[in-house]
Amino acid sequence: MADTTEKAREEFLSEAQELIEALSRNLLALDELQASGGEDPALVNEAFRVVHTLKGLSGIFAAKSIGTLAHRVEDALDALRLGKVPLSAELMDVLFRTVELFWQLLGSEKDGGDPPDLQDFLGRLRNLMVNPEQGDGASPVEFDPALLAVLTEYEEHRLRTCVERGLTLYKVRVVFGLETLDKELEGIKTQLSHHGEVITYLPTGEAASIDTIELDLLLASGSTVAEILEVVGKTNVHIEPVSGGDEGSVQGAELAAVPERSLAPDKGATTVQPKGGDHESELAQGGAMRSVSQTVRVDIRKLDVLMNAVGELAIVRGALGRISERLRAEGERQLASELHRLHRSFDRRLGELQGGILEVRMVPLSQVFDRLSRVVRQISRDVGKQIRLVITGSDTEIDKLIVEELSDPLMHIVRNAIDHGIETAEERARIGKPDVGIIAVNAFQKGNHVVLEVEDDGGGIDEKFLIQRAVESGHLPAVQAAELTKDEVMNLVFMPGVTTRMEAGDYSGRGVGMDVVKTNIAKLGGVIDLHSERSIGTKITVTLPITLAIVSALLVRCAGYTFALPLTSVSEALSLDPTNIKWIDNREVYTLRGASLPLCRLEQLLELSSQAAPSKRRRFVVVATVGNRRLGIVTDELLGQEDIVIKSLGRSLKPVRGFSGATELGDQRVALVIDVAAIIEEVLHGAETRELMGSVHA
Amino acid sequence: MRILIVDDSSATRTFLRESLEATDGDAGDVEVSEADGGLEALRLLPRGPYDLVVTDINMTGVNGLELVKFIRGQEQYASTRVLLISTQSSPKDQQRGLDLGADAFLAKPFTSDQLRTVVSRLTGGGARG
Repeated sequence: MADTTEKAREEFLSEAQELIEALSRNLLALDELQASGGEDPALVNEAFRVVHTLKGLSGIFAAKSIGTLAHRVEDALDALRLGKVPLSAELMDVLFRTVELFWQLLGSEKDGGDPPDLQDFLGRLRNLMVNPEQGDGASPVEFDPALLAVLTEYEEHRLRTCVERGLTLYKVRVVFGLETLDKELEGIKTQLSHHGEVITYLPTGEAASIDTIELDLLLASGSTVAEILEVVGKTNVHIEPVSGGDEGSVQGAELAAVPERSLAPDKGATTVQPKGGDHESELAQGGAMRSVSQTVRVDIRKLDVLMNAVGELAIVRGALGRISERLRAEGERQLASELHRLHRSFDRRLGELQGGILEVRMVPLSQVFDRLSRVVRQISRDVGKQIRLVITGSDTEIDKLIVEELSDPLMHIVRNAIDHGIETAEERARIGKPDVGIIAVNAFQKGNHVVLEVEDDGGGIDEKFLIQRAVESGHLPAVQAAELTKDEVMNLVFMPGVTTRMEAGDYSGRGVGMDVVKTNIAKLGGVIDLHSERSIGTKITVTLPITLAIVSALLVRCAGYTFALPLTSVSEALSLDPTNIKWIDNREVYTLRGASLPLCRLEQLLELSSQAAPSKRRRFVVVATVGNRRLGIVTDELLGQEDIVIKSLGRSLKPVRGFSGATELGDQRVALVIDVAAIIEEVLHGAETRELMGSVHA
Repeated sequence: MRILIVDDSSATRTFLRESLEATDGDAGDVEVSEADGGLEALRLLPRGPYDLVVTDINMTGVNGLELVKFIRGQEQYASTRVLLISTQSSPKDQQRGLDLGADAFLAKPFTSDQLRTVVSRLTGGGARG
C-alpha cells in the first residue's frame, strides 16, 4: 500500500515478527503437550488469535503473501479448534512449516526479495483439511441473544466449546478503579485462570463513573461458586452462574434477567465485601502483573542515540573531573571540593542512566532458543534421527542486537550436530548408546560475558578425516599434519573450505561452513571453541560480550598512541618482569604464576614506529582473555579505566582487522578500540595460518 | 475533532493515526488519542468527549462489540460516532456491531483514502441517524 509511511511500515514488520515468534512458541508448547498426551484448547485458540491478527495486519500493509498464508492457516486452526480435524502429526508438521514460511515471507517483505512459492504448501494444507465436517451442526446449546450480541464470532466459538465440554459459565462481577484497572484485572484474571478460562470482559455499563468501572468477567469453569470464591475471596467480587453444566442449556429469558436477580445473595451467588485497604496489596500478589499497556515498543536505534548521549555526558564528566583537579592544584580548595561533590553526584546518576539503558536493551536468549527447538524438531524428523533437545539457561539475558545476529550461527551449529554429530539409530544401537540422541544447549552469564554451550552425544569429530580434508583442500601441508596438537587439529574445522566439503547433508551442507560461523561470532566480539572426543561427542562453546553498546575499557599507551582495551576481555594487568620472558618456538612467552602466556608487542603487531621508546622504563603486561584463550599484551603505560562508547570506523576502514572501532576520550582525543578477540586470533592462529597458506602457495 | 483509535496492533494504530491526521485542516483540527484495547478505551472515554471512536472488533479482554454496547448505553456519549474495523471474514461480527449501534463498518484491508471518506461522511453530515 503506497500510503503507509515508513514509520508505520517498520512497526508492521516488527509486530509481524513478534506475532510469528508468538505462533512459534505456541506451536512448540502444543507439540510438547501433545507428546505427553495432554491437550489445552487455550493453546490452539491463542495460535488462532495470533494468526488472525497477522492476517488483519498484513491486509492493512498490503503484504499479500503473508495475508494469503495467514488466511489459510487461520482456516486450518479454526477447523482444529472446532474439532473438525484432528491434530495429527502431519498437521503439526505443516503448522511448523508455516512458521518457517512466515519468516521467509517476512524476510522478502523486508528486503524486497522474491517471496517463496506457496502453491505446494497450500496444496498440502488443503489436503489435510479435506472432509472437515460442515458447519457447527445444530448447536445443542442455546444462549441468551443479548449475551451473544456482544461476543465476537471467535469468542462465541470458545463459549460453545467450553459449555459443550461440560463447563459451567459464570459472570464474575467486579468494580475496578480506572487508574488501577490493568493491575487489578490482571491479578484477578491470574486467580481465575486456576479455575478455567476467562472468555471475555463485559462492561456492565453500571457503576461507570469518572474513576470506576464495573466489568463482568465471563468465566468457563469446572469449579463451583464456592471454590472460585475461595481463590478470589477477599476482593470485591460477585459470582453468578450463567449456565450450569448439569442443566445443559440456559434459556434466553432466564439469562436476560440475570443482572437484576443476581444482586440477591441467596441464589447460588455470593457477594463478598472488600476488607478495606488491603484490597490492592492482595491483588498485587496475584502473580505476574504484565500489562500490554504498560510496555512500549522502542526502536533499538533510539536506544543507540540515547547511549551516544550518555557517552557524550561521560566525556563531560571526565572534563569536570579534570577541572576540579586543576582548581585544587591552583589552591581553590573551596571551589574544588564543591565541584568534586557535584562531579561525584553526576557520576552516580550517569551510572544509573547508563545501567538503565543497557537493561532496556537486554532480552532473554529464549527468543533464539524457541526458534532452535522448532528447527531441531523439523530437521530430526527430516533426517530420521531421534533427538532430544535439552535447553537450560534460556532466561540468560543479552543485548538485543547480539540476539538478532546470534540466530544464524547457532542454527548452523545445531544443524551440524544433528547432521554429522548424532549417529543414526542403528549405529547408536550397535555401539550401545541410547536410541535418542541428546543435544544440550546451555547458556549462562560469566562476568560481562554470556557463554553458550552446544553439546551433543554423537560420534565426535574424526581427526584423521579432518586432517585429510585440510591437506586435500590445500590448507595444511602434509608435512605439518603430524605435528599438530589436538586443539590445533580441532581448529581446522574453522578453516574456510574444510567443513563445507565434509558436509553433504541436506541442512548444513549449504556451502556455509564453520568458518562463516566463526566469522559471524567474531563480528559480535565473541569467540568459538570446539572440543570433541571420538564416539563420545562434541562440545562447542561460544563466548559473547553481554552488550556492544557501551563498555568499560582499560586505556593503555604504546609507542606514543593511546588504545582502549575492553575490560570484558582483560583479566589482569601487571608490571612486566623481563626475567620472566622466554622464547618458545620463535615466540615470546611470559611465565605467569607457573603458567606460560603468549606475549604480543602491540608496536610490532601494528608496525608502529616507536616515537620514544625508553627501553629502560618499566613496562606492563595486560592479560587479555577471551573464552579459554589468553594473551599478554605488552604496553608502555596503563592510563586507567573509562567507560567508552564504541563508534564504527566507517565503511572505508571496514576491512581493517584488529580494531572494533574508535572512541572519544574525556580530553577530546580519540583512541582506537582493540578488538581483543581478533588480536588473539591473529597472534595465536593467524600467523600460523598465513604460514601454512604461504607454504602451500610457494 | 477528537478521535479515539482502539486497536491492539500498534502498527495498525500508527497507520490509522497517520491516515486521520492527514485530514487535518480540511475538517478543522484533528486530535487523535490511542488505546491498545477495549479496556484502555474504557479508561480514556471519560476524558473525552470524543467525536469519533475507531475500533477494531477482535481484541482480547473487552472487544470492539462490547465497547460499542458500552458507548451506546451511556447517555454522555450519545453524540460519539463509532466506526468498526475488522476483517471481512466475520460477517457475523459486522452485523452484531451494527445491531449494537455502531455507525459504520469498514472491512480490512482498506486504504487511507477509503478510511478518510468514511470518516468524513460520519463526522460531516449532521446528527447521527
